[in-house]
Amino acid sequence: MHSFYENAYHLLVFFDTEYPMKRLPPMVLALLPLLVSAAEAPSYTLVLKDHRYQPSVLHIPAHTRIRLEVINQDPSPEEFESNDFPAEKIVMPNSRMSLFIGPFKPGRYGFYGDFHQPTAQGSLIVE
Amino acid sequence: MWAVALLVFREVLEAALIVSVVAAATRGVAKRGLYIGGGIALGATGAVLVAWSAGLLAAAFSGIGQELFNAGILLAAVLMIGWHVLWMSSHGRELGRQMQAMGSAVLSGASSLWLLLAVVALAVLREGSEIVLFLYGMRAGGAEHLWSGLSIGVVAGAAFGFALYAGLLRIPMRHFFRVTNAMLVLLAAGLASTAARYLIQADLLPALSQPLWDSAWLLGNGSLPGQTAHILIGYDAQPAGMQLVFYVFTLVALWVGAKLIHGDAPPARVSPSATAHADPAH
Repeated sequence: MHSFYENAYHLLVFFDTEYPMKRLPPMVLALLPLLVSAAEAPSYTLVLKDHRYQPSVLHIPAHTRIRLEVINQDPSPEEFESNDFPAEKIVMPNSRMSLFIGPFKPGRYGFYGDFHQPTAQGSLIVE
Repeated sequence: MWAVALLVFREVLEAALIVSVVAAATRGVAKRGLYIGGGIALGATGAVLVAWSAGLLAAAFSGIGQELFNAGILLAAVLMIGWHVLWMSSHGRELGRQMQAMGSAVLSGASSLWLLLAVVALAVLREGSEIVLFLYGMRAGGAEHLWSGLSIGVVAGAAFGFALYAGLLRIPMRHFFRVTNAMLVLLAAGLASTAARYLIQADLLPALSQPLWDSAWLLGNGSLPGQTAHILIGYDAQPAGMQLVFYVFTLVALWVGAKLIHGDAPPARVSPSATAHADPAH
């Protein structure tokens, strides 16, 4: 497993690091202008601890694109997911990821952790 | 154990429904069992590899590696299904007539079999990698009865797939490929809509309107019927506007493409009396 990661590290260096713009494939480059819209998106954070979201209720403004950061403090992977809005992203053990959600109309939108649904439940209050 | 079985079941169900539609759509084709079995095996192997490199994938492309990977897989499947649908719209009638003439005899020349093998493999890979990652986390957390949970989930999910397949086989032969082709078109449109979800959350595309409508009171995304409808026809209780754009674009592109191809090949009429007893499923 370690040697796999060591080998794969070169791939990672290729894909990511300081000059992502230069390395992105043309398809992504063509879509980049759309990125600008959310560059200033306000950021909110959820923490996963003992397979629960903290906070479990998050208040966010309506009609706004939101950058949501999910920090997983558990030793197992989790998948942030919702049935109410487009969101499905794995967050690895003891690491973090971010995704973009909204803009929403006012209301309540549920989300959960797909791998620990009995406890990992939360909702967005959009107002 | 039941939590494990439930998650495994939901993931297996998604792949199984796709495999069933593909299996039905390749009915009568020589050696299709090998192709479908090969696709499943390939997908399962790929699933382990993808789960294994999940950390790498998560970090790739400035953190949107997962989204690009999933959207890429989904759109590749859409293209491959689309190609098969267009190919079938020019050869489907011929296949149907051959099968009627020869019972469920062997057909040759299904040139898009490799594409459908890839579709099966990609479906299994996408859902399977989640199962592997989930089980890995469960094992790390000391959960028990993982194997029994896994077995129950796989068997139950596969059973739904078989049920769908058995149901499809009951469709009369003269309508059969029209139905399976229509199902493939809806399947492709749904996959395109799911791809849009990933591109939206990666902020590569705007959501347009979120949600465009809310029919969760009628059929929720999380329910079993809702999830089945999600796979088979791309149903979404609270879709983003961009999802509908992808969905409609795929539908229209395949519909128009099939019409254009049809224009070149005039339909070969088969009289109903000759086909009434030709359904090999009975």
